[in-house]
Amino acid sequence: MSRQVLQVFEQYQKSRTQFVQTVAELASRPQNIETLQNAGVMSLLRPLLLDIVPTIQQTAALALGRLANYNDDLAEAVVRGDILPQLVYSLAEQNRFYKKAAAFVLRAVAKHSPQLAQSVVDCGALDALVICLEEFDPGVKESAAWALGYIARHNAELAQAVVDAGAVPLLVLCIQEPEMSLKRIAASALSDICKHSPELAQTVVDAGAIAHLAQMILNPDAKLKRQVFSALSQIAKHSVDLAEMVVEAEIFPAVLTCLKDSDEYVKKNVATLIREIAKHTPELAQLIVNAGGVAAVVDYVGESRGNVRLPGIMMLGYVAAHSENLAMAVIVSKGVVQLAIALSEEQEDHIQAAAAWALGQIGRHTPEHAKAVAVANVLPKLLQCYLRADASEDLQTKSKKALKNILQKCVHLPALEPLLHDAPPNILKHVVGQFSKVLPHDSKARRLFVTSGGLKKIQEIKAEPGSALGEYINTINNCYPEEIVKYYSPGYSDALLERVEQFNPKV
Amino acid sequence: MAALVRLSDQIDGMINEIYDRKNEAEEARLLEYKAAVKVQAWFRASRVRSYIKYTNECATKVQKAWRGFLGRRFFRILLKNTVFIMKLNHYNRMACKVQKVWRGYYVRKYVFNYYSRKRYLEALQVKNQSIRNELADFAEQQQAARKREEEKNEKKRQEYEARKRHHLLSTEVMPGIYNSPFLPYPSETEYLLRSVKPLSRKKVCPKEPLFDPVCASYNSKIPTVLPPIPQKPQGPFRDPTDVQKQRYKPFQPTLRVATDFYSLEKARQQLKDAEWVTRINDNILQPFTHRLVPYEPLLHTTSKYGHLPFGTKYFREEFLDKHIIPQNFKTLVPPIPIFDKLNDTYSQGQV
Repeated sequence: MSRQVLQVFEQYQKSRTQFVQTVAELASRPQNIETLQNAGVMSLLRPLLLDIVPTIQQTAALALGRLANYNDDLAEAVVRGDILPQLVYSLAEQNRFYKKAAAFVLRAVAKHSPQLAQSVVDCGALDALVICLEEFDPGVKESAAWALGYIARHNAELAQAVVDAGAVPLLVLCIQEPEMSLKRIAASALSDICKHSPELAQTVVDAGAIAHLAQMILNPDAKLKRQVFSALSQIAKHSVDLAEMVVEAEIFPAVLTCLKDSDEYVKKNVATLIREIAKHTPELAQLIVNAGGVAAVVDYVGESRGNVRLPGIMMLGYVAAHSENLAMAVIVSKGVVQLAIALSEEQEDHIQAAAAWALGQIGRHTPEHAKAVAVANVLPKLLQCYLRADASEDLQTKSKKALKNILQKCVHLPALEPLLHDAPPNILKHVVGQFSKVLPHDSKARRLFVTSGGLKKIQEIKAEPGSALGEYINTINNCYPEEIVKYYSPGYSDALLERVEQFNPKV
Repeated sequence: MAALVRLSDQIDGMINEIYDRKNEAEEARLLEYKAAVKVQAWFRASRVRSYIKYTNECATKVQKAWRGFLGRRFFRILLKNTVFIMKLNHYNRMACKVQKVWRGYYVRKYVFNYYSRKRYLEALQVKNQSIRNELADFAEQQQAARKREEEKNEKKRQEYEARKRHHLLSTEVMPGIYNSPFLPYPSETEYLLRSVKPLSRKKVCPKEPLFDPVCASYNSKIPTVLPPIPQKPQGPFRDPTDVQKQRYKPFQPTLRVATDFYSLEKARQQLKDAEWVTRINDNILQPFTHRLVPYEPLLHTTSKYGHLPFGTKYFREEFLDKHIIPQNFKTLVPPIPIFDKLNDTYSQGQV
């Protein structure tokens, strides 16, 4: 008799198990989600979270997590269904498998938007997740760290909440664990926390994260390296002090080897790290230059394509912007050539804009620098970027600024000459200005200027009298005998013909 | 009277004469006056002229002296100024020279030294080159390592494939498909097939861990059946469950292991602590009947010999320098194994 009674229960349990398992299975495929949602899966899964059988609980949590992971509507539904408090409650109580699944749900909900992450925080999930970080099982720690990272990544307030919950020291402990995936996720979470404000980054630094992160830069695991470099760059980006602390971990020149890594993202993050350090002060930039960082970055810019190139280009610009000495260092490291290649090779406007900006920073210091930039045949390319019809506004302003910076220092006339023919008036002003500065003092250049047709072109320019351009043209014309100037003026042949008509031969 | 009469006779002549004379005088008066004026004018003029001439000469003398004085004074000033300016120019020129040299030195030494810049840039190029070489080497190593890894995987895969297709190996009588009789040599796959073992059909079940007496823990899983003998064998044997129970009997630690060695001391300390906690005042309350008894010194403390250590501190001669540890050995009565094993005919875990 009792066996019959028990059989009913057994059957019920079996079918519950089967149901959750099937739902969890179905939820892993995106095409089923819609149907599941319409069938009211949320309200069915919710009671199963409180099931007496642990396996069912876990599988229900897993299914929920997969659903919430899919889109923010479903995540919203999880929040509205008051499922989170249950999860948070059981996060502290249950076994490790369940903790993992619950942390997965929290992560999936928090991932979508700051509001959803805030609602996760409001349920008191942070404390429970931080307690999970103290768990012995690496899997639990991993999923808790993951959830914390997803919460912290949205904005500074949420990151501050994560920090206030005391997660940072535990995350720093997690990156010292032997498990690779745990290290990875903890580093990523630290990176997400640091990225918002200097204070948050300082908190992470105070927990001693830099030393441990710095030890992992030569780790063979590429995914770990990605996160480590991302975290270091997020720390270094805020202030000089933080950047110096990162540098003091003696990451140079070891990080430079990672610029040759096979993984694109590792390379990109390393370049970002170097950029974030170099941008702060001339001393830091000098340190990188002395470690041979510029050469490595120049090679990296030459080898990579697309968005991966961007941080390298910007790093060269930042280094060159600090002082003329550093700009010279970029030039002797053959940075200009690579930047010129990047400027002409890349299709996307923002990369071109970055390259243009970097070239402007290199060329703006002295005539020597400007010459180095000009002989790389950069000026016509910059002009082309400026004049292109489909160029973005940012690219236009950046290339104009760069052109102006370079032109104001450039006395290398052969490079300036092509610009005379196809530059718009606002650029032409600077070009002619440079000619007017050089020609009065250089007889050879004067001769060359005539023979190359520059003078003719100058005469064809219609400048308003009294404008700067007019002044410059006058200065140039004053360097030449009047006949030559007249000879090259437009309409001179007509004037000559007129004189022929008016000439009365003495017979 | 005569005189008077004569006189009166002459009176008319006299009057006429007077008239004549007066007329004559009147006529000459203007001429004479003019002449007198001329003479006076000349005289006075010459006198005045001579006076003016004299004063002019005097003024010239004074002016000459004064102007000479002023001129000399002005000249002194001018001279002073000229000399001052000359000196100033000279000093400025000299200062320029000094400053030029100093500034050149200073700038070259501390601000911008062309040669040091040049040296720095050259050194930088060398450094760059070495870094580039290093990185190239590093990249090459990485590449080689990756390639090795790939090759290894590829070889493994091929081997696995070969093991799977091992049945296509040719036999003595029947050539396989990789060993065409029309070709002089069998194909390479044939050799590969020959070199590998066939994939075994049997599923490899995970082996149970061998018995390890060191790690055999008491909470390891208890097997449901006895390993060597699944069922109760025929014969006068005990019931298998009975044997099982006896064999996997729970852990019975000895008294020595089960209790802490310092339990007595700990318990004492605990009691003391508990008493201290409940005590209100550390100074023990003395009843008022307590009287001060005058201190009577002990015999041992008053004599200069004191306690004799032998018999109280030690009972035999000690050689402290021969001790291997400073503490005395603790006496410890070992457990008697035979008592622990009473009623145990089977040892745990061992057959």
